[in-house]
Amino acid sequence: MTDILKPRDEKDIGEALQWALAEGKTLEVVGHGTKRAIGRAAQTDFTLDLSGLAGVDLYEPEELILSARAGTPLAEIETLLAAHNQELAFEPMDCGPLLGGEPGRGTLAGTLAANLSGPRRIKAGAARDFSLGVQAVSGRGEPFKAGGRVVKNVTGYDLSKLVAGSWGTLAVLTHVTIKVLPRAEDVATVLVLGLDDGKAVEAMSVAMGSSAEVSGAAHLPADAAARIVVVSDSGAGRAVTALRLEGIPVSIAYRKQKLEEVLRPFGALASLAAEESRALWRAVRDVAPFADGTARAVWRISVAPGDGPKVAATLAHETRAEVFYDWAGGLVWAEMPTTIAEEAAVRAAVAGRGHALLVRAAPAARASAHVFEPLDPVMAALSRRVKESFDPRGILNPGRMYAGV
Amino acid sequence: MVAMPALDQSVLARRAEIVAALRRIVPGEGVIDSEVGMRPYETDGLTAYRQLPLVVVLPGTTAQVAKILRYCHEHGIKVVPRGAGTSLSGGALPLGDGVLLGLAKFNRILEIDYENRVVVAQPGVTNLGISNAVAGRGFYYAPDPSSQIACTIGGNVAENSGGVHCLKYGMTTNNILGVELVLIDGEVVRIGGKHLDSGGLDLLALVCGSEGLLGVVTEVTVRILQKPETARAVLVGFPSSEAAGDCVAKIIGAGIIPGGMEMMDRPAIHAAEAFVHANYPLDVEALLIVELDGPEAEVDHLLERVGEIAKSCGATTLRASTSEEERLKFWAGRKAAFPAVGRIAPDYYCMDGTIPRARLPQVLARIRELSKFYGLQVANVFHAGDGNLHPLVLYDANKSDELERAEKFGADILRYCVEVGGVLTGEHGVGVEKRDLMPSMFSEEDLNQQQRVKCAFDDKGLLNPGKVFPVLHRCAELGRMHVRSGKVPFPDIPRF
Repeated sequence: MTDILKPRDEKDIGEALQWALAEGKTLEVVGHGTKRAIGRAAQTDFTLDLSGLAGVDLYEPEELILSARAGTPLAEIETLLAAHNQELAFEPMDCGPLLGGEPGRGTLAGTLAANLSGPRRIKAGAARDFSLGVQAVSGRGEPFKAGGRVVKNVTGYDLSKLVAGSWGTLAVLTHVTIKVLPRAEDVATVLVLGLDDGKAVEAMSVAMGSSAEVSGAAHLPADAAARIVVVSDSGAGRAVTALRLEGIPVSIAYRKQKLEEVLRPFGALASLAAEESRALWRAVRDVAPFADGTARAVWRISVAPGDGPKVAATLAHETRAEVFYDWAGGLVWAEMPTTIAEEAAVRAAVAGRGHALLVRAAPAARASAHVFEPLDPVMAALSRRVKESFDPRGILNPGRMYAGV
Repeated sequence: MVAMPALDQSVLARRAEIVAALRRIVPGEGVIDSEVGMRPYETDGLTAYRQLPLVVVLPGTTAQVAKILRYCHEHGIKVVPRGAGTSLSGGALPLGDGVLLGLAKFNRILEIDYENRVVVAQPGVTNLGISNAVAGRGFYYAPDPSSQIACTIGGNVAENSGGVHCLKYGMTTNNILGVELVLIDGEVVRIGGKHLDSGGLDLLALVCGSEGLLGVVTEVTVRILQKPETARAVLVGFPSSEAAGDCVAKIIGAGIIPGGMEMMDRPAIHAAEAFVHANYPLDVEALLIVELDGPEAEVDHLLERVGEIAKSCGATTLRASTSEEERLKFWAGRKAAFPAVGRIAPDYYCMDGTIPRARLPQVLARIRELSKFYGLQVANVFHAGDGNLHPLVLYDANKSDELERAEKFGADILRYCVEVGGVLTGEHGVGVEKRDLMPSMFSEEDLNQQQRVKCAFDDKGLLNPGKVFPVLHRCAELGRMHVRSGKVPFPDIPRF
């Protein structure tokens, strides 16, 4: 068990980092630790726990911005936004259920550091797209800021987005300013039943290419559909392809009709009203079909939507993995039959078409696999130089993403 | 005027040798070294600054770009990349001792992939060229800078360009998925692709908006969207800019994100009306153009709600477009605002700060004071939805000190934007123009961290130097660390 340092403010963080630099110590940076099991298994000397740096500093609904300290619970932010009919449009996943932790935990900075985005990613963008400004302490122990508190800004390099998805390897975030958006008044879901994966991705492509403004497109093969209560009835043992519509009721009614017209040739249709829709998309967001309390290996694979079924078919053939799709086919969630990660098969299936991240795995598998998609030598060298420009001694989450980064 | 780095005499002395070496890489007419041939490249959209480059080179392939950059890296020669040269901040301003690398020959769309809703284009394809290529199937590329007929997608990536629709549809960074990038040492990297979210460090976010300081983009993958079924605009006139600003806040507060929401002040309204006869009301102090897009039923419903909000804010004119022709006419005035202002003064200087919207009345009042102080008129156009202000300072470059006064006036406006919580530039970039104002927004450490990132890409500082950063440091100097002797951190609180 490593020692935990729990700073109270930015000054404490600066001191902790200066101390670590002087003593040659490495730090694991955590908020609530909900995503701790993701990443390469690396040894650090101390844990820097940011959960004490909590609280919303600024929320201006009419300016569409919110600033909060790094360790502010995401649940607190979501509750505050909901009270003003706003939301985090990138729909961050709750990692608790999948990774065997408590639900409803996670911090703002942790969400950004992991660039967690849910089904609405295809329409609204990723967490990084909502990152407007950050204050942080670099691995040099020096505080810096980037970006601002306005929604439109090109002053200087966009370091606020670079830190998104950096898994705490560049700097310790202390404050984050994000863009927030109005929450849709209403939601509905159109279901297409019984499609195979290839046809489903074709149907989703048609839907995404229509003017129906689809804000979620997922395909649940029969086994996955059977595990989500709100669609298991309509599915009745068949696969379910789901398309979400959000907005004002008059608009949804119109778009639903348009969408049903273009989807009818693909198969039998059904639909879900608001409450069931919300339950379904929460289940897709939180990877409910694989939140089974096991330690079977789970991969998150991002490819072009049209490549999704090919990657999944190769994987299923090689490993008997079970899959379902989000992002119109571009996000493949794959659960292996055992705790063995089957990395070689996954890398071969993706084959330069995108990125596969090992999200759930037994510690032994994490220690021996590349958790992130390996980089070619030029990108690897460039990524290492960028890491060193923030953290030259490698004291922050060393090796969490790649050896040396 | 902002001073550019001192000329490297040793490079100037080697000019003939450099030209010959470039000719070996790009044969034929791809290397331009005559004064008359280089003249068209001496400036960009920031026309107050002019400088002939050392030589112009127009490669046609990624391999040529890589060879040029490798040669320049080996021989310590500066490089300025250039797209169509529409930058309003001097991003493509040449250097007297630098190679100007033009990407005009990279003008092909490489792939249109409707299944995955992406277009792969070379960087010299125009912004509008992409939308036009996919219009037949009802698609378009969302970011639409006013210069979209001319500006290139590569330049859009370099500047992270916006446009009037970016409140709802995002800027360039939110609409690209991948780039091919040539590094200064000639290595070629592919960042992203047709998939979303690449994992690894998000270098795409870093490259987008880096103003040509990190590498040369030779291919771009963008997302395309299906066009909204309908779009209607409404003109709303107000007796004061305060009332107009209040209306904007209430529209967004009501949960409505319009496709576009623009504001003009009295001088801008009058100039635009005289130029394009858009039928703008002339008896108002502020004019809003609010555009709603989507299915017809939704647009009608939202127009009604916007109308109600506008009335509650004291609107004196309220006119919704009833045809596509009329909608375009409403926009024609706004889109022509810059040239329209160009008709009432010999020259104008366009600023680009962003402010928290609630501070608008205060900022406009300050601009009026400054206008009196400097004795120069100003017209304001404003991307009202996202707080991006474009004051146009009117001046006459032929009058002795007017340009200098205009620049000082502009700098004062931008410093004030930062003072009220805003930023120096919302979409035009820092470039040369706002370079020396960077310390008003960023501390020395903030800027040093940004420059360290530059060093990770460009160890010798050869790519577009003299832009963005007011003080150039050597990478070795920036990398040095001063580690204080270790003391136990915050010993007064318990550890677990």
